[in-house]
Amino acid sequence: MNAASPTPSETLAAPAGVRAFQPVWLRVTHWLNALAVVIMVTSGWQIYNASPIFASIQFPESITLGGWLGGALLWHFAAMWLLAANFLVYLVLNVALGRFSRRLLPITVRSVLHDLWAAVRGALGHEDLSRYNAVQKLAYLAVIVDTVVLVLSGLAIWKPVQLSLLCDLMGGYDQARVVHFCAMAFMVAFLVVHIVMVVLVPRSLLTMLRGR
Amino acid sequence: MDPHKLDSQLIVRDAQRELSRSTRRLFGKQILTLGGLTLLTGCSISNDKSVDTLLRRVSRFNDDVQAWLFNPKRLAPTYPESMMTRPFPFNAYYDIDSVPEVDASTYRLEVSGLATGKRVWTLEELHALPQVDQITRLICVEGWSAIGRWGGVPFADFLQRCGADTTAKYVAFNCADDYSTSIDMPTALHRQTQLTLRYDGNTLPPKYGFPMKLRMPTKLGYKNPKHIMSIEVTNTYPGGYWENQGYNWFGGS
Repeated sequence: MNAASPTPSETLAAPAGVRAFQPVWLRVTHWLNALAVVIMVTSGWQIYNASPIFASIQFPESITLGGWLGGALLWHFAAMWLLAANFLVYLVLNVALGRFSRRLLPITVRSVLHDLWAAVRGALGHEDLSRYNAVQKLAYLAVIVDTVVLVLSGLAIWKPVQLSLLCDLMGGYDQARVVHFCAMAFMVAFLVVHIVMVVLVPRSLLTMLRGR
Repeated sequence: MDPHKLDSQLIVRDAQRELSRSTRRLFGKQILTLGGLTLLTGCSISNDKSVDTLLRRVSRFNDDVQAWLFNPKRLAPTYPESMMTRPFPFNAYYDIDSVPEVDASTYRLEVSGLATGKRVWTLEELHALPQVDQITRLICVEGWSAIGRWGGVPFADFLQRCGADTTAKYVAFNCADDYSTSIDMPTALHRQTQLTLRYDGNTLPPKYGFPMKLRMPTKLGYKNPKHIMSIEVTNTYPGGYWENQGYNWFGGS
């Protein structure tokens, strides 16, 4: 066993380009967020079903969490702490360690259009997973903003009286529910594309597990 | 170099290095054991007793957070008459055919627990107290909301007349429809918390809680009991009909 394990110098001498470019804290916050989002979305669907905003949109019982409204509310209002705390850690570390500016910026309209066109033609390469293309950057930035909207509209629905200013900002209680719903829909749309991309480029899943 | 080939080599090397550490071996074993146990129970995670216990503990923590967030001076928004929801929706844990009929002539509101003043009230005596009207939004835990106009006695005034100990923790309600709920004292003393006797200028009809309900625009609908028969001031956690089944106790807006 000892013979097979590399010496420290060997580890350090790993070829450039395969160093961990997804640090441990990022991988941990990513998977905790994934767990929190799945719980929030599926319990949220159960809560939504109790009084649908759009009569034609209801979620099948089998893909919801909680069993009934009360159960779903317990899940939703427990997982919200995980989501919010984990998101806060993610934001603070990204800003403090300069990862945002290194990996998600700069982003220009030109570069997005260029990479989007390349993606449509199937000509967007994924050889170097340590660099995000412009479409990826936009998607990740958008889902970060979407999470902020989800949290704020959720707070407005939870505390329309105590946080009345926030509720007014959302256009009132009923409107805050619509905002919360739309932000959820965007999150789910992101998740679908995200998973499709992982299926198309399976190596990206490895990077989020191993860091490289 | 082919990136896929590189990956497989790296993975094997990583795995060998990780396995050579005894703590990692132990961790791996424990994870497998945990996974096996989860499979053995053969039931879904949301039915698990320990999960339910944990979720309810977080819900109690959320009670504390909401009590801390609650500003006794902050008023819920009020609305013009033109914005009232007509007809105001009926909602209860039973159908409208099962609304209880309370006899006004024999009705007595009973106050028990930590109260040293007047403890039995007739409907006439209650109607004789100074009253106010307010048009506020009722928000249901299900998500819908409706604006209504309620008139009645500010609950803080009523508690004072009963000689209630306002340092007590809870005020509990028992109702003619076998409903029960309880609230925190700061909310009980909130200016907009009202012992409601009238709806939209008329005597409170049975479907909205005759002879009286408690109306709090700072709490969700299920915290607003109808057909109140007795009120208890207490320091012992009283729970409630929905709260005992899992709805959050504080239920604040």
